[in-house]
Amino acid sequence: MSNATKAEPNRRDILFIATGAGAAVAAGAAVWPLIAQMNPDASTLALASTELDISAIPEGQIVTVKWRGKPVFVRHRTKKEIEAAQNVSLASLPDPQPDSARVQKPEWLVVVGVCTHLGCIPTGHEGEFDGWFCPCHGSTYDTSGRIRSGPAPTNLEVPQYSFLTDAKIKIG
Amino acid sequence: MSGHSTYTPKSGFARWLERRLPILGFLHESFVAYPVPKNLNYLWTFGAILSVMLIAQILTGVVLTMHYTPETTLAFDSIEHIMRDVNWGWALRYAHANGASMFFLAVYIHIFRGMYYGSYKEPREVLWILGVVIFMLMMATGFLGYVLPWGQMSFWAATVITNLFTAIPVVGNSITTWLLGGYSVDNATLNRFFALHYLLPFVILAVVGLHVWALHVTGQNNPTGVEVKEMKKETLPFTPYATLKDSVGVAVFLLLYAWLTFFVPNYTGHPDNYIEANPLVTPPHIVPEWYFLPFYAILRAIPSKLVGVIALFASILIVAALPWLDTSKVRSGVFRPLFKKFFWAFVAVSVGLGYLGAQPAEGVYLFAARVLTACYFLYFLVVLPLLGKYEKTLPEPKSIAAALQSGESAHA
Amino acid sequence: MRDARGISTMIVSMMRRSAIGFSLSVALGAALPALASDGGHSQPKPPLQQWSFAGMFGRYDAAQLKRGFKVYKEVCSSCHSLQHLAFRNLAEKGGPQFSEAEAKAIAESYKIKDGPNDQGEYFERPGRLSDRFPPPFPNEQAARAAFNGAYPPDMSVLAKARGFSRGFPLFLADALPGFSYQEHGVDYIVALLNGYTDAPHGVELPAGQYYNVYMPGHRIGMPPPLSDGVVTYDDGAAQTADQYSKDVSAFLMWAAEPHLDERKEIGLRVALFLIVLSVLAYFTKRKIWEQAH
Repeated sequence: MSNATKAEPNRRDILFIATGAGAAVAAGAAVWPLIAQMNPDASTLALASTELDISAIPEGQIVTVKWRGKPVFVRHRTKKEIEAAQNVSLASLPDPQPDSARVQKPEWLVVVGVCTHLGCIPTGHEGEFDGWFCPCHGSTYDTSGRIRSGPAPTNLEVPQYSFLTDAKIKIG
Repeated sequence: MSGHSTYTPKSGFARWLERRLPILGFLHESFVAYPVPKNLNYLWTFGAILSVMLIAQILTGVVLTMHYTPETTLAFDSIEHIMRDVNWGWALRYAHANGASMFFLAVYIHIFRGMYYGSYKEPREVLWILGVVIFMLMMATGFLGYVLPWGQMSFWAATVITNLFTAIPVVGNSITTWLLGGYSVDNATLNRFFALHYLLPFVILAVVGLHVWALHVTGQNNPTGVEVKEMKKETLPFTPYATLKDSVGVAVFLLLYAWLTFFVPNYTGHPDNYIEANPLVTPPHIVPEWYFLPFYAILRAIPSKLVGVIALFASILIVAALPWLDTSKVRSGVFRPLFKKFFWAFVAVSVGLGYLGAQPAEGVYLFAARVLTACYFLYFLVVLPLLGKYEKTLPEPKSIAAALQSGESAHA
Repeated sequence: MRDARGISTMIVSMMRRSAIGFSLSVALGAALPALASDGGHSQPKPPLQQWSFAGMFGRYDAAQLKRGFKVYKEVCSSCHSLQHLAFRNLAEKGGPQFSEAEAKAIAESYKIKDGPNDQGEYFERPGRLSDRFPPPFPNEQAARAAFNGAYPPDMSVLAKARGFSRGFPLFLADALPGFSYQEHGVDYIVALLNGYTDAPHGVELPAGQYYNVYMPGHRIGMPPPLSDGVVTYDDGAAQTADQYSKDVSAFLMWAAEPHLDERKEIGLRVALFLIVLSVLAYFTKRKIWEQAH
């Protein structure tokens, strides 16, 4: 142990350090598969996108589709709802975002139907702002899916989606 | 601590074994000769009661896994199969479900007993912290187990609790996805929850081993909070004295357990959990099991998500800091008149939070939950540190023997 | 003796101390609901019924379960499945106790999908005792398509999947020996079956929806299912909607909890045994502890 007191490492110390580092890397490499196996598997990842025919959704209605095991709300907004969503002073919002940044076409709002608080599913056409109301802890969202009151920190997430035609969207 | 008698192997085999593996001597020292203060009351039987409950849960749990299927399309049906078709299945499942409730009831009494008599104080800090670790493992196990029947409450409890981790900045979402094995609670989640629910009880068993080890190093606290001075006069051997007293406690506790299991088996449950999990419909009113309600009330009381989650975990972890937060030189609450009042107020606050955790988080309920949450933390962070400095305590007895004597003469 | 006194003084002093805390929580529990005033979701509590199977000594009434099964079969079963129940259960102890021949006849009146046979085709055959009740619809989507989007829930555990809290402090009494009450689910079903009224002024119902005071949200997709005389009883019981609703609810309780009779019988024995054991343990303990002084 007298070696330990020396300032400069000698050959034996380097041997110890190399062996120790090697063992640590081996242990880490062996543990990694044990941890990484818990991430989503290939069959789960394969369910990445969903297509939906939106021509049958009447104005004012919300349709729920399942995407990655989660509900996605596709809302055919009325004129009144669009106006309500656009005419809000952004400063008054907990998570300021203009309506135009949340929709591709004003009549169609597409959001992930999972409350950003703790993952419950909000119910449509309810709450003070006629958007959504989360039954679990009382968060309310407006007609743009933005958080207006309650414990949820952010707006309802807008998933990646695209209009394949005027009547068809692809989510994911 | 040295015991009342030393082990001398009697049979030839015992002598043979003792030289190779001194397990008989160890058991004798731990559960026969181990000295127990004479003045323990029945609140001290909860250690034994908890051991019995742990074993009962492991036994009923292991046999239930022989009939249960951890797969989303079959889990709910397999529970009904257990309830209807399996021999004694209904009894085993109700015993296991209500056993969880009884386990938590016992652990809460055990914790409050420790808090009242100052059992966490020097030199029992490690013993206390191990207890908090066991409590947290129990909460994890209870939560994982509640998910297995795959009812609506199971599913949404799993969703809400795993989503707590999304509050962590930057990596929260990745951690949650990793925990779930997907983007939402699904088959991968149920499967791993089952695996962990089977594993954790054995981890608890191991930590209980450490807890008992630590206890046997420091010896038990007692109602006076005064350490044992004269082994012969103030203590009794564990067997038969403590074993028999524990048996009385266990038998009475089992009676209560049997009442719950056989006559009101669904009382502590929620009707919604007899509806199969549906990922697209959230029940209008999500409530956790009763033993989580106070913590759930704290989570909901705070308007910010991150702070709410921090408060939830802090409310449990702060219990582990008790040995350092309570500054009083006097150990037992019996000799602390002011502490007693605050202690019972704290019990009431905890019960009140439990009541509020089951109510909708709105209006006056929410306001009350905020007030009680503040009280909860104030007790630990302000009341206990200050009481130790300013409280006028009553004189402690010189020894357990002296306390016993004065007790006897007072009743004579 | 010293020890017993010790316990009693301990309990008394604890009660005195906890009195502050307890009265505080009682006040809290009693005051808050009054202040919260339900937030507009007013919902009457279903009235409690008299059930033969309630309480510590309660047992199912086989005649009532038989009548209830008739109501289920003739009224409910056209929309509601009962998928966890098997025909053999009808002849088991603690149930409606049909004879085995009767249960067999009931089973044979149902068509069960089976297969594939040696030609690789699926076919229908008469039910056997070992079969479970077949659902009236092939799947949930088919049921929703037939019912305007509503899905009649499976009835196997319905009686346990419904319920209500009697509120503070009665919900505490529901657990106590002598007062225990576990029949909130069946009370709710009876109330719901009889809870249809005209919608109050100003409430508009979409087509295919009915107004029911006991349904959460008051809107229900199920038309009023029972009316006087729709089911013929041959045991002389009143053929009224009220009687039907009670009988079918009792049947559903049994369907949800088929081992209730057995459970309570064994429970009584376990409780008696543990009482004796506790007393024995207590006196043994006292005998031993006498040596300690």
